[in-house]
Amino acid sequence: MTARRAMAEYAVPAVTLLGALVAWELAIRIFRVPSFIMPAPSAILVEGWEWRYRFIGHTWVTLYETLGGFALSIAVGVPLAVLIVYSPALSRALYPLIVLTQSVPKIAIAPVLLLVLGHGEIPKVIVAFLVAFFPVVVDTASGLAATPPELLDLSRSYRASAFKTFLKVRLPMAMPFVFAGAKVAITLSVIGAVVGEFVGSDQGLGYVILSATSYWKTELAFSSMILLSVMAIALFAAVSLVERLVCPWLTPAGEE
Amino acid sequence: MIRLDHVGKTYRTRRGDQVHALEDIDLEVGDAEFVTLVGASGCGKSTLLKVVAGLTPPTRGSVRLRDAVVREPCPDVGFVFQQPVLLPWRSVLDNVLFSVEMLGLDVKPYRKPAGDLLDLTGLAGFETKYPRELSGGMQQRVAICRALLPGPSLLLMDEPFGALDAMTREEMSLELLRIWDERRTTILFVTHSIPEAILLADRVVVMTPRPGRIARVLAVDLPRPRTMELEFDPRFKAASDAVRSLIFAGRATTR
Repeated sequence: MTARRAMAEYAVPAVTLLGALVAWELAIRIFRVPSFIMPAPSAILVEGWEWRYRFIGHTWVTLYETLGGFALSIAVGVPLAVLIVYSPALSRALYPLIVLTQSVPKIAIAPVLLLVLGHGEIPKVIVAFLVAFFPVVVDTASGLAATPPELLDLSRSYRASAFKTFLKVRLPMAMPFVFAGAKVAITLSVIGAVVGEFVGSDQGLGYVILSATSYWKTELAFSSMILLSVMAIALFAAVSLVERLVCPWLTPAGEE
Repeated sequence: MIRLDHVGKTYRTRRGDQVHALEDIDLEVGDAEFVTLVGASGCGKSTLLKVVAGLTPPTRGSVRLRDAVVREPCPDVGFVFQQPVLLPWRSVLDNVLFSVEMLGLDVKPYRKPAGDLLDLTGLAGFETKYPRELSGGMQQRVAICRALLPGPSLLLMDEPFGALDAMTREEMSLELLRIWDERRTTILFVTHSIPEAILLADRVVVMTPRPGRIARVLAVDLPRPRTMELEFDPRFKAASDAVRSLIFAGRATTR
């Protein structure tokens, strides 16, 4: 029974993926598609393997920018959400500004930021942050606002201070929402870091993709892209893992 | 225990209309008395409970708790809502201890009494479970334990069994009576179920809406301990007919 369930859960998608790769490889060979238009999976693999040592450095740079942007989005986004929920005046003052930062396309901000802050990692971290912090603010704010009014009445009936109510009731109540925002933020941070690298850089996976395509090295661009998505998936899984550790009550019993 | 003098509560809706939630409420509740408030929805029963709790100030009149005017929530009062509103990240035991913790008391000496309360309500063995793993009736029992733990002399209950199915509801009513009998806490209990109001109470306060007023206070002349069989007692039927006619009379005049 469990073996059959594991089959259905892992084997079916694995076989599908493998089938797609084989079809891709065969199609490239049969129709003799030039590799700069569409490389075969085997060619991507070979190119990626050759680049393995150089990739370590580039991956590290992109990872560093992504994590920096993500950390900043949590560090700024969560307190901002608290201010918005607790102070209607601040909410009215801040919300238009926050929405404004979201309405400007980030790709348009990136060149300006790079102009002001120069090259290097900091502007990429800031682009990643700008792309990622919005869902953190919005989700945390709605989580804090979603506390049942009865629970707030209950805290009040025990004459607990607003701070104690925040710490013991509202913040933990909002944790699932914070993590929902964080999961979106981590994937957006990857996009932000790559966008930053596209605009101007000499290292990072985004830079590798850009320079590889300008030299028609499509295999290299593809292997870079694959590394990027593996990184994004791993980061997403890491956030999910932290969520499970921080909010164990969300995982149904017997579904570890 | 509680004394309400000409209590009135008016509030404004967002559109600026005035709503008379309560008007001229006079009521006295004695020590260890079980009083139920019954009436159609919108008759101000829940508002009245919040006023007594000190969560909402009355616009007119005064509420006294042991001769002291209620101006803010009093730690000697427990509150149970229609929803159990437990904290999903806390175990059953920690949820029960929540009241003591929020009151700013030392939690340690309350661990044993909390366990005793869980025993009393048939929740022994569930201390380490999360609320999600319990049925609705069990969750509401936890909420009752939470309210009882600091040892309040007054328990305010706002339709606490309203979200439960009929069978669990009857079971919980009898259980509440047992707890009340053992602890001798004064209880003010809001419900919209007439049989529930009569089964539980020493006195039933019948309220009518728009504005929320007390139509009449009926003493329930039934022996204790109460059982479900009492529902077939002619006195029970007489009482429920009386309550029903008061509620419907109130409706007829407002139309």
